[in-house]
Amino acid sequence: MTDTPLTASKPPRFRFDRHASTILLLAAIAIYIVLVVALGQTRFLTLDNLVAILGRSITLGITAIGQTFAILVASIDLSVASVISAAAVVTSVVMNGEPSMMLPAILAVLSLGAVVGLINGLVITKLEVNPLIATLGMSLIIQGVLSYYYNNFAGAVPAEFQVFAYGSVGIVPYSLIFMFALAGLAWFVLRFTRFGSDIYSVGGNQDAARLAGIKTARVVIGAHVICSLCAAIAGIYLASRLRSGAPWIGAEGVYDLESIAVVVIGGTVLAGGRGGIWGTMAGVIIFSLIDSIFNVAGVDAFVKQVLRGIIIIAAVAFYAARSQRPVA
Amino acid sequence: MIDAPVIEMRGISKSFPGVKALRGVSFACARGEVHALCGENGAGKSTLIKILSGVYRPDAGEVLIDGKAQHFSHPQNALLAGISVIYQEFSLLRERTVAQNLFLGREPLKNGIIDSRAMITETQRVLALFGIRHRIKPETLVADLDVASQQMVEIAKAISLNAKVIVMDEPTAALNEAECEVLFALVDRLRASGTAIVYITHRMREVTRIANRVTVIKDGEVTASFDTVPAPEVIVRAMVGRDISEYYPEPAAPAEIGKPVLTIAGGSNASLRDIDLELRAGEIVGFAGLQGAGRTALAMAIFGAAPLTAGTMTLDGKTVRLLTPRDAIRAGIGMLPGDRKASALVLMQSVRDNGMLTARSFAHALGRRNSNRFIGIEGMDGLLDQMKVRAPSYEQEMRFLSGGNQQKAIVARWLALRPKVLIFIEPTRGIDVDTKASIYHLMRDLARGGAAVMMVSSDLPEILGASDRIVVMRDGRIVGQFDRTATEAELMLAATGEAAGVAA
Amino acid sequence: MTEQTAARPEVSRRRLPGVNPVYVLVVALLLAIFIMNPAFGEPTGYMNFLKRVAALAILSGGALYVIVSGGFDLSVGSTMTLTLTVIGSSMLASNDPNSTYWIIPLMLGIGLVVGLINGLVVSYLKVPSLIATLGMMITLNGVAFMWSGGAPRGYLPDTFRFFGRFNISDVPLIGILPVAVICLVVFGTILWWGMHRTNYGRMLHAIGDNPQAARLAGVPVQRVRISAFVVSALTAVLAGVILGGRGGVSVDIGSGYELQAITAAVIGGAQLLGGRGSVPATIAGALALEAIFTLLNLIGLAQPVRLVVQGLILIGAVALATYQRKRAGR
Repeated sequence: MTDTPLTASKPPRFRFDRHASTILLLAAIAIYIVLVVALGQTRFLTLDNLVAILGRSITLGITAIGQTFAILVASIDLSVASVISAAAVVTSVVMNGEPSMMLPAILAVLSLGAVVGLINGLVITKLEVNPLIATLGMSLIIQGVLSYYYNNFAGAVPAEFQVFAYGSVGIVPYSLIFMFALAGLAWFVLRFTRFGSDIYSVGGNQDAARLAGIKTARVVIGAHVICSLCAAIAGIYLASRLRSGAPWIGAEGVYDLESIAVVVIGGTVLAGGRGGIWGTMAGVIIFSLIDSIFNVAGVDAFVKQVLRGIIIIAAVAFYAARSQRPVA
Repeated sequence: MIDAPVIEMRGISKSFPGVKALRGVSFACARGEVHALCGENGAGKSTLIKILSGVYRPDAGEVLIDGKAQHFSHPQNALLAGISVIYQEFSLLRERTVAQNLFLGREPLKNGIIDSRAMITETQRVLALFGIRHRIKPETLVADLDVASQQMVEIAKAISLNAKVIVMDEPTAALNEAECEVLFALVDRLRASGTAIVYITHRMREVTRIANRVTVIKDGEVTASFDTVPAPEVIVRAMVGRDISEYYPEPAAPAEIGKPVLTIAGGSNASLRDIDLELRAGEIVGFAGLQGAGRTALAMAIFGAAPLTAGTMTLDGKTVRLLTPRDAIRAGIGMLPGDRKASALVLMQSVRDNGMLTARSFAHALGRRNSNRFIGIEGMDGLLDQMKVRAPSYEQEMRFLSGGNQQKAIVARWLALRPKVLIFIEPTRGIDVDTKASIYHLMRDLARGGAAVMMVSSDLPEILGASDRIVVMRDGRIVGQFDRTATEAELMLAATGEAAGVAA
Repeated sequence: MTEQTAARPEVSRRRLPGVNPVYVLVVALLLAIFIMNPAFGEPTGYMNFLKRVAALAILSGGALYVIVSGGFDLSVGSTMTLTLTVIGSSMLASNDPNSTYWIIPLMLGIGLVVGLINGLVVSYLKVPSLIATLGMMITLNGVAFMWSGGAPRGYLPDTFRFFGRFNISDVPLIGILPVAVICLVVFGTILWWGMHRTNYGRMLHAIGDNPQAARLAGVPVQRVRISAFVVSALTAVLAGVILGGRGGVSVDIGSGYELQAITAAVIGGAQLLGGRGSVPATIAGALALEAIFTLLNLIGLAQPVRLVVQGLILIGAVALATYQRKRAGR
């Protein structure tokens, strides 16, 4: 990606939307600092606090990494919140306090995620169901099955497993390292592998990709498997942090809408084919900062929810209003 | 030709709902030859190519490569069999670089990782073949290139595959004269190296310049096949199927041309510069130019869809500012878009609904749907009858009609409002020959009825045959005005910038 | 896709489908209920069923306006919640049964504002409706919490519960006639008229079918789209009022209704992403969905199974519609 001026090209315009996530991130940081200084609560400016801010968004961050794949390929996944709940419940139920069950539980949850992603992808590509509806339907099905069997926190994760959420190297939690490692892996896949290249191609123009010989259905399915796997991992993390899983924790975190919002704030276009992982990570950090700003300012929980809804719409509008394409 | 054909298509038939696109078409192309495939818009050329490239599967007939029957189920099969296609509608990814586009779906790998350096080197090599290595950099985003450069990249992409067969579907639509020559030289070189080239065009000049053989398709059937290139008139006759004189209606007599209806002075916006224009009652004005020359932008500006930002426009002598299509329609301007499917049709609605749409939009929203101050349902049925729209019932959904009947229904939509200015963009694209003639006559009838008709077309014979006056555009400006006695060569020269036209 | 136009058009002579399958489905489901529970055949049986379905049916009819225009409205459930919590808390606060007469218009006003905001955000800020209305949902739920302090509170006065609860008794032939059913007929008719008998309805279909073509044909796309969201929000308030008459008020009373409304429209054959839909068929779709829920209850399956069934219906119906459309050619 370069902006080199060329004779045959139109005058290179400053592509605002390419830098918007950076600008927003800097703005969020600035507001946070100003607020903290203005309120004289400089204890919120320490390194510990910075890590704490980041650490609050691990679930969202992991989910959003997966959602980035779905959106890049011009699809979307509204089932992530249900997958998170299901993954968390399965984790804690299978482990049931037994350290020996940690590996089987993780494998079970990952298979669950892969299967859900596979079904999503197949329904979207083979039955040609609109991705919004396909994943919304999937979400209902998962939620229904889950609520049929469980209506409260079920099972428990062993103390050994809570290390995932609570352990740290120095002041940096394992989970934070894990999230950034996952982001790095995703970046590598998108940037350096043919699969990653195919994702951009299919998202940019499915017909052109097909004409170039790309098996577009496989790429879409692959993106959905990755998306659901990430949601499943986020569920495992959440179980580790909450020490148990309940069927409503995904919906309560509004992870479906929030993961889409941070991806969009990160500069990935909803129409697909443009964007990347680091933008998404910037989006996640922006959301954490907003949360912290609310906390520092002492905003009431309900008011916070109202503001979040408005911020999400405003953030998406910030990008969408520029586009010429009609939406509905 | 001694060589056995590299590709051979035998008795290909293909139907789409409501339409038989191809009937028993046979076509072959041998190593080292350029076989021109000619035909009017909508004759079935593109369908044939999409079957060759594995996009569609034929209902009947077979495709042979090097004598072996092939059954392509995915474009990938055709690519692997050595067939590379330059599509008419660009198949480039705007948000990826030139190099990434060239290697779409077949990126070189080193240790499982994409070898970007190899991609860039190879891209530079291919671009050098065009002599455009310094004009287009491999790292540039396609979105940042102008239309001509995008077309070059599209061509480079097909050539970089080193295919046995290269299909070029109207590759010169956006190229100027010099760029065309570069392309022709390249075609010559590919032919010399033994590549089989299928060259689709309706420009006789290009056929004469590069083809070895010519096949003509009309209404889904092969109407003529020549082993040497005959005189252009012979090909045109096979394409059109009758004498040109019956095809186009009589031009307007000088007395029929009335007062100016619409004038623009110094009109400019992002894609237009200093437009001075006059459209008169009773007159059909044809707008010629390359793709991206500003013809459609001008139509959109007049119609209020992409308004002028400078200059003045008057309608019937009164200054108007038309900022939306609604403003324009209210002022008495109508437009038939070139891409009917994307911009004119509501496919899931009935033929009647499509016809009534504009009248309803300007009637009272909560008024009865079947009659308003412009037209009632009986009036609309009358117009549709008059247009000879063929449908089992006017309650039929629009998507089941053929392109020609769809276009006629859209004409009826505008007739209901009796516009003073009616703009046709590529009025006969994707329409069978018989309907074409009736569209030309209809435009003439409208003009006789006192309307000013503006016609934007990329088809020079159509421009010359149907217009009373011709305006040529280039780079967002009007660069020449001609009367109908002009020749294709004169128009091309003006359109590509080699010489300016003389005021008619 | 293009250039399939050559040759003589052999116009396919497809008969228009005689009866929308949803009506057959409804009759079959109601018969099944009747067989399993003969009391359903009594006026009190089926009238109570209709009374129960009235809120969802009206809501679905309104949501259909947005669906036909090519969007989704996921904020209707939270609009219902907001309606009820606001009414509930205000009424209980003022303790004045007569306040119904000004609170309902006030709620319709709030609905109007919600619909306008949805429509403006989608039309002018170009936020996809799904995200815009999902954001609106979070916001409204938050407002409902703020207003009510988070605690569901008691029952509403009878003046208010009139619409959802009251039955007119001693009606000839059918015995009882719930006010909710009258509301269903009245609002259903209005929605049917607007969608199927006016220029507005045809424009709504056009913008859902092809917004670009509609714009170039002179349809005031933005105004039509915004009004669709307003209709949807207003019916959500009406549905909320009826729902409030049935039971108590709680802060999640409306949740889940947004997807039920979409499901009802899909069962009724509406085309998601716009261009096609029928109000009577959607109301029948709501009846079918409620009938399925009733049957699940009769069989003894727990509440969560409803979600699974809904999810399967959504995916299945859309997949089926895609398949049929492909077979018919497009």
